Amino acid sequence: MAASQTPSSPQAAPLVPREPFLTKRRAFSIVGLIIFLGFFAIPIYQTILLEMWDSPRQLTQQIVIGLTKGTYIAVIALGYTLVYGILELINFAHGDLFMIGAFLSLIFISLFGLDPKTSSGITIFFSLLGILGLVMLCTAFLNAGIERFAYRPLRNAPRLAPLISAIGMSFVLQNVGIFLGDGLIWDKIADGLGSDAIGRVADAMGTQSVAPKNIPDLLPNGQVFFIPDSLKYTYKDLLVAVVSLGLLAGLYSFVRFTKLGKAIRATAQDRDAARLMGINADRTISVTFLIGGALGGAAGMIVGLYNGTALFSMGFTAGLLSFTAAVLGGIGNILGSALGGLLIGLILALSDQYIGTRWSNAVIFAILVLILLFRPTGLLGQEGGQKA
Amino acid sequence: MLQLQNVHTYYGNIHALKGISLEINQGEIVTLIGSNGAGKSTTLRTISGITPPRTGQVLFEGKTLNSVPAHKIVSQGISQSPEGRRIFANLTVRENLEMGAFTRNDKAEIASDMDRVFELFPRLKERVAQRGGTLSGGEQQMLAIGRALMSRPRLLLLDEPSMGLAPVLVDLIFEIIQNINNQGTTILVVEQNALMALGIAHRAYVLQTGVIVKAGDAATLREDEDVQKAYLGME
Ligand SMILES: Nc1ncnc2c1ncn2[C@@H]1O[C@H](COP(=O)(O)OP(=O)(O)OP(=O)(O)O)[C@@H](O)[C@H]1O
Ligand SMILES: [Mg+2]
Repeated sequence: MAASQTPSSPQAAPLVPREPFLTKRRAFSIVGLIIFLGFFAIPIYQTILLEMWDSPRQLTQQIVIGLTKGTYIAVIALGYTLVYGILELINFAHGDLFMIGAFLSLIFISLFGLDPKTSSGITIFFSLLGILGLVMLCTAFLNAGIERFAYRPLRNAPRLAPLISAIGMSFVLQNVGIFLGDGLIWDKIADGLGSDAIGRVADAMGTQSVAPKNIPDLLPNGQVFFIPDSLKYTYKDLLVAVVSLGLLAGLYSFVRFTKLGKAIRATAQDRDAARLMGINADRTISVTFLIGGALGGAAGMIVGLYNGTALFSMGFTAGLLSFTAAVLGGIGNILGSALGGLLIGLILALSDQYIGTRWSNAVIFAILVLILLFRPTGLLGQEGGQKA
Repeated sequence: MLQLQNVHTYYGNIHALKGISLEINQGEIVTLIGSNGAGKSTTLRTISGITPPRTGQVLFEGKTLNSVPAHKIVSQGISQSPEGRRIFANLTVRENLEMGAFTRNDKAEIASDMDRVFELFPRLKERVAQRGGTLSGGEQQMLAIGRALMSRPRLLLLDEPSMGLAPVLVDLIFEIIQNINNQGTTILVVEQNALMALGIAHRAYVLQTGVIVKAGDAATLREDEDVQKAYLGME
């Protein structure tokens, strides 16, 4: 009797041995791939490679821009990965939270009356910093609120229920975006309060609530001096990359080194065991949503300013891209998702340039499928489900 | 110190504990034995607040724990090393121990308690930076017990500490349990290895399908014919 039971800890290393690399399934895919590449893709390939070879400057340009975009895709991807890590929930609303972030920044920019022509650089710099903080605060609490009211009541329901709830929240947020984008409503409020500031918001939104909104070009457009003239890399690009990388580094150190961050990882790995340690699982989950929300909002502001536009449906596209990035790198794994973001940015830029913008989504998903074929858990995801 | 009074616990419709009453006094080692599915783990989970009782009372030092959430029970002085170890696989050994001390803020004291755990389990010290999931089963068990000690519990709940261990390690673990008790921690231990458990315990309860069917001195129960037949594998 006694010690005859085998330990059944779900955290233990995988009991199933690693399958050999060349399984039948993979052999088939590889053969298929070779046939495909040989007959159809090689001609396309050749032209692409030749084109890359012809102009190294253009290639470098695309790589640099791709990596820059990759940094903010990574920031959004982390929102998916954090929530997935702790709840195994794909938070479909995260992309739309990002969109709300863009709208909120436009609203604050208008309220503050920032204008690239009349405001001084210092004013713009500090106002944007303040606005970034405000936007992150708003989206953080919005996200935590969504968790509290739309996901938590379904915590013990079948998996599908919170997923549907997340899709629902995604639509709700899009409608909030349409509502925020309605200049006529802002006009009425402005008239009612006699407020010029709110009037500026109304002007920024215009009369068409679903139309794209222009965000003033407040970021510096000068060429970064240490990048050779032949490459176009502006301070705007640099700023986006630096702020995004800062957010990534901040999040990573938080989760890795702080007590609360460790509690988040512990809760992600085994919620009941975490509770036995005295960790308040509900509070930890709330904190995770606060952080994810702040990141999503920040990314919304960064992208909004970078592209100079906000649209109520922008969260869908960006969300899909970032979610793909998270899966590509290993969803639930922070470093993996960040890496996935950079890769997706890179692939996107190269594909836009050499294959054509309209093919980019197909290219991204083809690469995703290929990678998942060989590493089903993503690039850095571990078998048995590495989390957080 | 701890009292369960007519405790009923359910998993949905499954009636797992059907009116359990038991008592643990300061300084004791008490063991809970019983066959698979008897409700031993559920009893510990009920005390820790993971599966709170539907009716009945759980009293710790005179105060009810019934509606205290699981995460607040640790700071009251009760911690548990759960069945199956439940180590945080992707946290290092050190981080696992830190999580054990989650409710505490006294950095220096935590460090000295960690040293104490390393004294009990030198193997863990050699592996501080290793991820919990890469430890051997026995090492994980040591980590689970060490982690539970990090909250400085007055009452330590151990669920099958010898599960899956080699006989030498089983002896070692039981020796260490006795050590911990000698240093002043009250212990409630659930064991499949009833012989060993009765060997170190002062008192014991026998659980059968959610009901306590026998209670008494560990030494007496060890001589009990029914107990010998059912749990000690003697004819
Ligand atoms: N999560 C759960 N959901 C439903 N029923 C459960 C759950 N956990 C335990 N049970 C049931 O409750 C009863 C008691 O289980 P418990 O785990 O307490 O037994 P145990 O005495 O610890 O057994 P073992 O020696 O196998 O660990 C069993 O009938 C079991 O099937
Ligand atoms: Mg059990």
